[in-house]
Amino acid sequence: MPDAPGLELIRGEIERDHPGAITATSFDRGQAALLVDPERLLAVLSWLRDTPGQGYRFLSSLHAADYLPNEPRFGVHYELLNRDRVERIRVKAMLADPGEGAQPQIDSCVELFPTANFQEREVFDFFGIVFRGHPELTRILLPEDYVGWPQRRDFPVGGEPVTFTYNERNYG
Amino acid sequence: MAEHEVDQAIAFEDAAAITTADLHGEMDADRTTELMTVNIGPHHPATHGVLRLVVDLEGEVVRDLKPVIGYVHTGIEKSCEDKSYWKVIPFVERMDYVSYFFQMQAYCGAVEELIGLEIPPRAKYLRTLFLELCRIHSHLVWLGTTALDLGAISMLWYCFRERDRILDLFEMATGQRMHTRYFQVGGVIEDIPLGFEEKCRAFAEEMPVRVGQYEALLDRNEVFLQRTKGVGVVDRERLLDLGVTGPLLRAAGEPWDLRKAFDYLAYPELDFKIPVGTIGDNYDRYRVRVAEMVESSKIVAQCLDALPEGPHIADDRKYVLPPRSELSTSMESLIHHFKLVTEGFRVQPGEVYNAIESPRGELGCFVVADGSSKPARVHFRDASFVNLQSFRDMAVDTYIADMIATLGMLDPILGGVDR
Repeated sequence: MPDAPGLELIRGEIERDHPGAITATSFDRGQAALLVDPERLLAVLSWLRDTPGQGYRFLSSLHAADYLPNEPRFGVHYELLNRDRVERIRVKAMLADPGEGAQPQIDSCVELFPTANFQEREVFDFFGIVFRGHPELTRILLPEDYVGWPQRRDFPVGGEPVTFTYNERNYG
Repeated sequence: MAEHEVDQAIAFEDAAAITTADLHGEMDADRTTELMTVNIGPHHPATHGVLRLVVDLEGEVVRDLKPVIGYVHTGIEKSCEDKSYWKVIPFVERMDYVSYFFQMQAYCGAVEELIGLEIPPRAKYLRTLFLELCRIHSHLVWLGTTALDLGAISMLWYCFRERDRILDLFEMATGQRMHTRYFQVGGVIEDIPLGFEEKCRAFAEEMPVRVGQYEALLDRNEVFLQRTKGVGVVDRERLLDLGVTGPLLRAAGEPWDLRKAFDYLAYPELDFKIPVGTIGDNYDRYRVRVAEMVESSKIVAQCLDALPEGPHIADDRKYVLPPRSELSTSMESLIHHFKLVTEGFRVQPGEVYNAIESPRGELGCFVVADGSSKPARVHFRDASFVNLQSFRDMAVDTYIADMIATLGMLDPILGGVDR
């Protein structure tokens, strides 16, 4: 992990090349995170990946979380790893819920990190976040005809009814 | 038969350059090069779980393939959001069902980081010990089933014989053979029983000998060598782009292991090596995992030698259950026990990503706390899920029989892939 001053240095350098792309930083429990403007996400990711002296070339994990009732509601996290310096940094993009029927959107980073392919599909599958430019954005773990985005906090935890002889009339 | 061997030889030299003429001789007018799409799985013994493969075949050669997953998705991550922190542990164990200790460690480590709880040295060593036993267990299951795919039936019995001894050790210490729920937030639930150390030490001494016997069976086996050498090669740059970690990456010559890179548990104090391969074919993958079993046995022996005295679980009553004996004498302990069992403990808001080296690569656990006694989000970065993306690169332009061997060497656990 970069330490807290190291994180501010990285922020400063990104600010020089992409003013306004980083909206905040957080250093919590030893883990460094950059909060980015979702529209400038790819610029920040490719800066972290390609700038000499940075080299966060490995995307360990890509996942999302639903921060309901906070606004903006959705967070997409990119856990980047610098294998030379053995440092991790988290890039976090917050997305607002665009409201009834519409889905939040963010750029896909499959071009930069091919490993993101399955992981972006997983996030789409469970949160309904659309990754613009993803080569094949379909459901991955849930059935293709599934309705709803089950990892959202307002999606109830519950089982699907199992049909037995005694209740088949109800569920068919 | 002879013609078939010639074909195999061509495949080893340059799998990508196979043409239909190599396979079938010069084309006749009535022969066809039409691609045929074949569905394999989801229920198929060769897919190591419920994995479905949609394969485009040109004759016997795989030209394209797509893994279709999700058949054992059980919504574990969603269910975790409805459980208090300590009740999540048995859930996450059941994701990757042959390396259950690793999920527990990834999750418990993340929660301990969230609450800032330091675990006592004895717990660190006990966790390391069980993680490494579990790594041997996982590799044994892999070796047995993959050798079975290649026709070496006896390997399965030998591997499962040793696996059973590991399960006996798990049962002795935890009461369960699988899904032990042994790791707790703050340490491990019980100290190891009398006689465990002796039995475990005997196993750690015997395991390298057993591995030598496996190698004697496989390393000079002509069928095994021909089926694995030069098959499924992907270079390490491509593997890194695809996010592949663990033995698959190390087989391609990249010495990357989180046990060495990041300090966690007792690993910095232990002496062990990271086996690496050279070109990253199936043979290297086999060699790396077999060598890892020997290294893990060494770690087990060292853990037993260096096992520090002291408590096996942290002493913080806000997060750790008080000992059973205190409940009948101390009102305070009774209250703590009641609070922990009914509501669980609350965690200050925050988020943590904790990654460890599982038998299949980087196993990451991302936990978001919102201040309540239940996690707001638990996500597992499962190594099999990410590694599976490299399967297309490994298997395209090889024979369909090699694709099955490569899938075995990839070692995906579908419970972990689908979660």
